Amino acid sequence: MKENKFVIKQISVFSENKPGRLAAIARALQEEKINIMAFSIAEADGFGVVRALVDKPKKAHEKLGKLGFNVAFTDVIAVQMKDEPGGLYETARILGEGQINIEYAYAYSGKEAAVLILRVDNVEAAIAAIQRGGGTLIESSLFQ
Amino acid sequence: MRAWDPRIEEMPKADLATMQYRLLKTLVYRLYSFSPFFHRRMEESRVHPDDIRSLEDIRKLPFMYKRDLRDNYPDGLFVCTQDDLVRYHVSSGTTGKPTVVGYTERDLENWTASLARGLVSCGLGRGDVIQVSYGYGLFTGGLGLHYGAERIGATVLPTSVGNTERQIELMQDLKATAIACTPSYLLHMGEVAEKMGVSIKDDTLLKVGILGAEPWSEQMRQRIQEWLGIRAYDIYGTSELSGPMFCECTEQKGFHVWGDLAYVEILDPETLEPLPAGERGEMVITMLQKEALPMVRYRIGDISAIDDSVCACGRTHPRVQRITGRVDDMLIIRGINVFPSQIEYALMSIPEVGQHFQIIVDRKGALDDMLVQVEVKKEAFSDKITDLMSIRKKVEHKLKNILNVAVSVELVEPGSLPRFEGKAKRVIDRRKI
Ligand SMILES: [Zn+2]
Repeated sequence: MKENKFVIKQISVFSENKPGRLAAIARALQEEKINIMAFSIAEADGFGVVRALVDKPKKAHEKLGKLGFNVAFTDVIAVQMKDEPGGLYETARILGEGQINIEYAYAYSGKEAAVLILRVDNVEAAIAAIQRGGGTLIESSLFQ
Repeated sequence: MRAWDPRIEEMPKADLATMQYRLLKTLVYRLYSFSPFFHRRMEESRVHPDDIRSLEDIRKLPFMYKRDLRDNYPDGLFVCTQDDLVRYHVSSGTTGKPTVVGYTERDLENWTASLARGLVSCGLGRGDVIQVSYGYGLFTGGLGLHYGAERIGATVLPTSVGNTERQIELMQDLKATAIACTPSYLLHMGEVAEKMGVSIKDDTLLKVGILGAEPWSEQMRQRIQEWLGIRAYDIYGTSELSGPMFCECTEQKGFHVWGDLAYVEILDPETLEPLPAGERGEMVITMLQKEALPMVRYRIGDISAIDDSVCACGRTHPRVQRITGRVDDMLIIRGINVFPSQIEYALMSIPEVGQHFQIIVDRKGALDDMLVQVEVKKEAFSDKITDLMSIRKKVEHKLKNILNVAVSVELVEPGSLPRFEGKAKRVIDRRKI
């Protein structure tokens, strides 16, 4: 399958809710001179999942795997949000109308505008829907 | 060969029970009359041989403990003079004094017969070459298997332990078809063989492993069988019982305990009441025919369950499941007996988590709280919290079903739980009682 240029490889790391785990992940990436562009932590009681967009995902995966972390690649997409009220609603509406489920989302402030990172149940369909709906997707090459 | 001694091995259950009762009665009269130790113990328990009127009356008899052997070192429990002894074996105790066991000619005969039956029951006989890689000497394993194997007409290759490379060469050159050793030594042999460029599966005629003298798991059996291309059978025994005594048949559903030689009770370790067949509890063994060193209601400290139905192999003698724990490992959680081995067993059936685990027991208010930490496997890791939550639910549900007590489960990072060489210490008990 041809890689869609809008599909971004996010790394996801299983982590116990223990002091120092996040620092250990960050230190490992720093040692390899890997840049973290965006990240979020999802928590449940006792454990969490650290999700991050990095500039060298393969290298990050390799490094963290070697250190014994449970790490996986996850395909996500990044949508530029309009810097105005209702920007988030706009993206959610487009996906909703396309019958696409958002598994989770997190945002970070990009250079020009806020960027929404989304994991959806059907990446290809989500990309098509956003393009049809006039949204702006960010190419993976911008990160990686 | 179907069975070594079909008349005994396939005896109708009712006849076997009658035989056991007669043997028990004889044993108790003999001990009451000739053993100062047993006489005193029975007086203390206010039981007389005349009180034994059925096999179930065995419950009136006092227990024996490992410490009784130590306290009466070296031969205070022997019920014969040294003239009647034909051999000693000595097991080194982990604490303090060793245990000395003695055998009359008849004791050796029964021990050998027990192993002859066991070896035949796992398909061995004349024409087989049995490599005995248990230690020879004071330890019972080597000599026990040696005489059992000779008895069935097999050719014995008495390699004992050590010099593994030479063992592998001999296994190939003399075409060994079976090996008797500890499961961990066999795994070691497999690794050494590979380093020598020898595949036990493809380059030897080995087809059977008689493995015991240390606890091992069903998972380890699968690994040995697949990797080495053999059938691996569990064998059970300790020097107090004579040595390795009871072996699995080709059904691999637990080792047959020959009822004419031993009577097994499975008791609740707390109440000491008998448990129904199939339930796990403390194994208590009475050796019905031992002459030199009788063992009556011996609390050997192992945990297992018994299956008293007739085996598919045709043998009527009960089968005891592989030993899955020690009484010393038992935890009582909200009044329910929990064995770490049950958790190991439960986790084996859940592919998403690893086999390593740790138990942390604490007290929350008046209630015991048990937390089980398990590692999420790499293949099962999902980026979605809900997936991870459902793995945890699945483990909690499974544990609750098996243990009958609610536990909380914590998912931890792979490789983060302690690994153990040999005896595992998987329980952290923080309760202050
Ligand atoms: Zn059988």
